[in-house]
Amino acid sequence: MKKWWLWLVLGWWAFSGGALAGKITLLGAGATFPYPLYSKWFHVYYQKTGIKVNYQSIGSGGGIRQILARTVDFGASDAPMTDEELAKAPAEILHLPMAIGAVVISYNLPGVPSGLKLTPQVLADIFLGKIRKWNDPRIAQLNPNLKLPKLPIVVVHRSDGSGTTFNFTYYLSLVSPEWKKRVGYGKAVRWPTGMGGKGNEGVTGYLKQLPGTIGYIELAYAHQNRLPVAALQNKAGNFVLPTLKSLSAAAKTHIPPDTRVLIVNTDAADGYPLSAMTWILVYKEQAYGGRSYERAKALADLLWWCVHEAQEYNEALFYARLPENVVAIVEKLIRSMTYKGKPLRP
Amino acid sequence: MMSRNPDRIFYGLCLAVALGLVFLVLGIGFTLLSGSWLSLKKFGLAFIWHRVWDPVSEEFGALPFIVGTVVTSLVALLITIPFALSSGIFLAEYAPARMAGPLAALIELLAGIPSVIYGLWALFYLVPLVRWVEMKFGAPPFGLGLPTASLVLAIMILPYAASITREVLKMVPPEIKEAAYGLGATKWEVIRGVCIPYSLSGIVAGLLLSLGRALGETMAVTMVIGNRSEVPTSFWDLANTMASVIANEFTEASKDLHLSALVEIGLLLFLITLLVNTLARIIIAKLQVK
Repeated sequence: MKKWWLWLVLGWWAFSGGALAGKITLLGAGATFPYPLYSKWFHVYYQKTGIKVNYQSIGSGGGIRQILARTVDFGASDAPMTDEELAKAPAEILHLPMAIGAVVISYNLPGVPSGLKLTPQVLADIFLGKIRKWNDPRIAQLNPNLKLPKLPIVVVHRSDGSGTTFNFTYYLSLVSPEWKKRVGYGKAVRWPTGMGGKGNEGVTGYLKQLPGTIGYIELAYAHQNRLPVAALQNKAGNFVLPTLKSLSAAAKTHIPPDTRVLIVNTDAADGYPLSAMTWILVYKEQAYGGRSYERAKALADLLWWCVHEAQEYNEALFYARLPENVVAIVEKLIRSMTYKGKPLRP
Repeated sequence: MMSRNPDRIFYGLCLAVALGLVFLVLGIGFTLLSGSWLSLKKFGLAFIWHRVWDPVSEEFGALPFIVGTVVTSLVALLITIPFALSSGIFLAEYAPARMAGPLAALIELLAGIPSVIYGLWALFYLVPLVRWVEMKFGAPPFGLGLPTASLVLAIMILPYAASITREVLKMVPPEIKEAAYGLGATKWEVIRGVCIPYSLSGIVAGLLLSLGRALGETMAVTMVIGNRSEVPTSFWDLANTMASVIANEFTEASKDLHLSALVEIGLLLFLITLLVNTLARIIIAKLQVK
């Protein structure tokens, strides 16, 4: 018949589909923040090993829900799971840090370049709506060399729930008792002042367009849009600009064995205080729901690769590498992953 | 057997689809109701007039969003009415056919533009404009908020309102109009005395349909309303709408109560839309020319 070629194509498609099914495709879902990095990693990994990783950036909350429901091989989150969430898990879940990112304070002030100095208290009072003008003496005192305009301060925050907001508000709760009492921390909070932009791109858009604005965004967005960033005073008293070095330095502090810690307000002397780790979430015991040993092994190998070789791709995308102390902990955690009680990477 | 009776098959098919649509609406309502059960149980009716939306302390009230949605939509409708009526009347009564066709097509084209594009345009064009006006009035110069959102909504619903107005005006039977001309009425008198009363129910229904569209609009509004979850105190204030708070917070709402409160907002929006549609039906029935 005339349609013989159609059958040929269909046959080839079915055959190649069958052949592809032999190769494992790992499924992941979660945080949007590390998505550019993960897609780069997983693309390189596919070219190297032929193992596909399908990662869907549906948000940290979705990632946690999906790993709890065991519909994915791994979840990803910008905030560690709460005890409440972990209690819902059918088995032990491991938190594996993958990279370090930063929340940067950016602003739109005509004539003021990068490096506006801010202390945690001043930052908190700006976001509480207590400091309302850019030429407020408390800001001027910190920046004697800058000519600050007499503009009203317009706070810009995220309107969507996000891990970025979680890290930022957690930091403000640590440094300001008043913030902790009046607002608290979470992926979405009741903001005392200001306007909300949807996503990093939304906040970036307002920052670019409206003079007098101040907001928090991820480092990559500030770089790509050439927005000025503030130098924040850290716990040691140093004013630190967000750089890949100061982000990485922030994690050179005490990290607990389960890595469920936020590194904001780090005590590392040269660490940027608004740094944040991002995690991949996996089950410690990988034999569940009829998963094959190959699948479990492929996942453990992928994660091992992510925290070692893959780290060299971080900096080009504005994520900091994991420092050695964190890598050592993750290695231990990956080694603890098992299949029917037997370690996957002894 | 069956094939000999295409009438019956067609009848059955249409009935099934029609019933299916009814069930779809019922299903949506039921899903919203069951999804918001937790929040309904916790806050009861007070959810509607409670002013605080605080995901941290899990205190939820819908008033800021209801106010934002209703104010932006109604103001948008008020802005749109004169433009929609005048362009509809012009296209139906005054414009020569050669001009009316392309013009009407152009207006309908506006309806096809994706809302995110309206949002972007508003962000880059309307925001500076509103900011300038706000500075003249001594209001806080955000450039965002209720006025910007209302303006962009007005522009978005204008094509609907205008084309429906034109369509219903065109349906006025020429005999009545000619009778009026025969009595010596001028064009203006015919439009005012014959065309508009005759098609009033259609025009109002069209406007209410446009209002329904404004109530549910999400993307463009989110981009310019400022997403501030407090009850606005003045027209220049930043605000938030029901659709946009759902779009903003749904993906990362990890607490059950937060999720449930968002679904309840969805339920309220569903009910408000239902209310507007019912209202439209009643008005059409009341205004129908007997």
